[in-house]
Amino acid sequence: MSVYTKNGTVIMENLPSVVSFGTAVGRMEGEGPLGSCFDYVDDSPDFGESTWEKAESRLQQLAFGQALSKGGLSESDIDFMFAGDLLNQCAASGYGMRDNGVSFFGLYGACSTMAESLALAAIFADNGIGQYTAAVTSSHFCSAERQFRFPENYGGQRTPTSQWTATASGCAILGAHYEAPYIKAVTVGNITDMGIKDANNMGAAMAPAAYATLKCHFAAAHSSPADYDLILTGDLGYVGSELLRDLFLQDGITLGDSYNDCGLMLFDREKQDVHAGGSGCGCSAAVLCGHILPRMRKGELRNVLFTATGALMSTTLVQQGESIPAIAHCVHITASDGR
Amino acid sequence: MDDYLVYLWAFLAGGALCAIGQLLIDLTSMTPARILVTYVVSGVLLGAVGVYEPFAEFAGAGATVPLTGFGHALAKGVREAVERDGLIGCLTGGLEACAGGITAAVLSGLLAALIFTRGDKTAKLTG
Amino acid sequence: MKLTKNEYGRLAKLRSPNSKIYRNVPMAFLVGGLICVVGQVLTELYKAAGAEEELAGTLTSVSLVALSAVLTGMGLYSRLAKYAGAGTLVPITGFANAVVSPALEFRTEGYVPGVGAKIFTIAGPVIVYGLAASAVYGVILFIAQMSGAV
Repeated sequence: MSVYTKNGTVIMENLPSVVSFGTAVGRMEGEGPLGSCFDYVDDSPDFGESTWEKAESRLQQLAFGQALSKGGLSESDIDFMFAGDLLNQCAASGYGMRDNGVSFFGLYGACSTMAESLALAAIFADNGIGQYTAAVTSSHFCSAERQFRFPENYGGQRTPTSQWTATASGCAILGAHYEAPYIKAVTVGNITDMGIKDANNMGAAMAPAAYATLKCHFAAAHSSPADYDLILTGDLGYVGSELLRDLFLQDGITLGDSYNDCGLMLFDREKQDVHAGGSGCGCSAAVLCGHILPRMRKGELRNVLFTATGALMSTTLVQQGESIPAIAHCVHITASDGR
Repeated sequence: MDDYLVYLWAFLAGGALCAIGQLLIDLTSMTPARILVTYVVSGVLLGAVGVYEPFAEFAGAGATVPLTGFGHALAKGVREAVERDGLIGCLTGGLEACAGGITAAVLSGLLAALIFTRGDKTAKLTG
Repeated sequence: MKLTKNEYGRLAKLRSPNSKIYRNVPMAFLVGGLICVVGQVLTELYKAAGAEEELAGTLTSVSLVALSAVLTGMGLYSRLAKYAGAGTLVPITGFANAVVSPALEFRTEGYVPGVGAKIFTIAGPVIVYGLAASAVYGVILFIAQMSGAV
């Protein structure tokens, strides 16, 4: 059985395997630095659907389908699914997954949802609850824009701290201990709010949450940043990653080259006009499932601390003058078999 | 006034009003919607105190095309209606003066929704 | 966390890049100025065609609104706005863009709950506060006239 230590950290007993993973992304993501890593790239943002919401549902189905086929699995093999997206009522997941007959949990953790779903799937898999559990999240630039910001064709200027919602989805399927990569531990973060009110500066709102969760994880796992090949935050962007480095520096800890951020990896900030970087719960999902997990399977990376961060913001509450609560969850993925 | 000067003043006045708007966006945390509201209300105010009319005569479209011009037109319409019809002019004058622009915008919106397929904002970033 | 909220706020501000004012303001000036020049050209044309001053002004507004609607529908207005900022926001073409873009965006939710209900989501406040201010001005003007001050 998984062991709860402290600080929200659960250590896996059996090291469940990430059995398979799949991704589907839009054109801009396909043209980014990681473009060649993704299983499916569609040049058309509508993914053959008539609305952006349906397009995002389709995107999620595509990622799930890729993960199934790459793992030689079918829908009936999946016992549980943890799915999430950015839309109100988790609509992309609910509508996208309505026909597959898999027991379904809908999650909302904003851009942290991939780590949240992965953590829960890992706990299920580690304790033998069901044979296979899927974790899938998505985001779509157009469906997010119309819900959170402005219409497509509205003429507005984005601020330099704003981030670009990725049109992307990633799916990981977890099962009993079999082959690398494995989930070793998860740390469930608590909600952190350092008073940032600017909805165009999510990175700044989320960096303290990433810091807090990472600190908890290091304390519970008796580890330090040096123990990981890669500490990967999900969607802090340029501003948030700089701030995270600052926060650790105050403790005398330097996050060196082994630190990176999904929002900075998915897009090329020089060539693609994404301002502070990518965001959206499809961003970290696609980077993890398209780039990181394959490298771990090949043995290029051995210990990765996947820390997706989310701004639990509501446009209504921001208009009411509230600051932005943020969360981060941490998943330690390892290629080492040592239980 | 020389023929070409009208265009020069329209450019300078209109450009200056937009530049002020940009400064407000970049230096304060004002959202575009707040800036537009500020511009319209300022236009009403400047029209009411009689400053905008001479400015508009001088700057032409440079004064009437920016949203302060919209406010000025509202004020002018209300003034004329109050002088003509009394108190009820407060309610009728504004829309009367701006009916063309507003109705044109609404109809354009409806027509555009009928005609155009939706844009792809991601296209411009990569092309 | 060793920092207080205030200290963190200051640090966040320090790490957040500022808007490029040196580039944005001249662009806003240039594009906004040019839109006004187009307006002036249209006004002169309507006047040359025999329209009176006031009618020429209305025709100019209507023409600019229509032009902006076409550019918005083609997705060109937002591309220009990315560089022009307030230069495309402040002229009446920006008002038209604020009306047309939600009409286009929310068509998928139907013509009544989508287009009809959402068409003024962005531009509504301009009309609300413009009309309110003008009505207040009208009342003041009326009282002033009654009391013989004007």
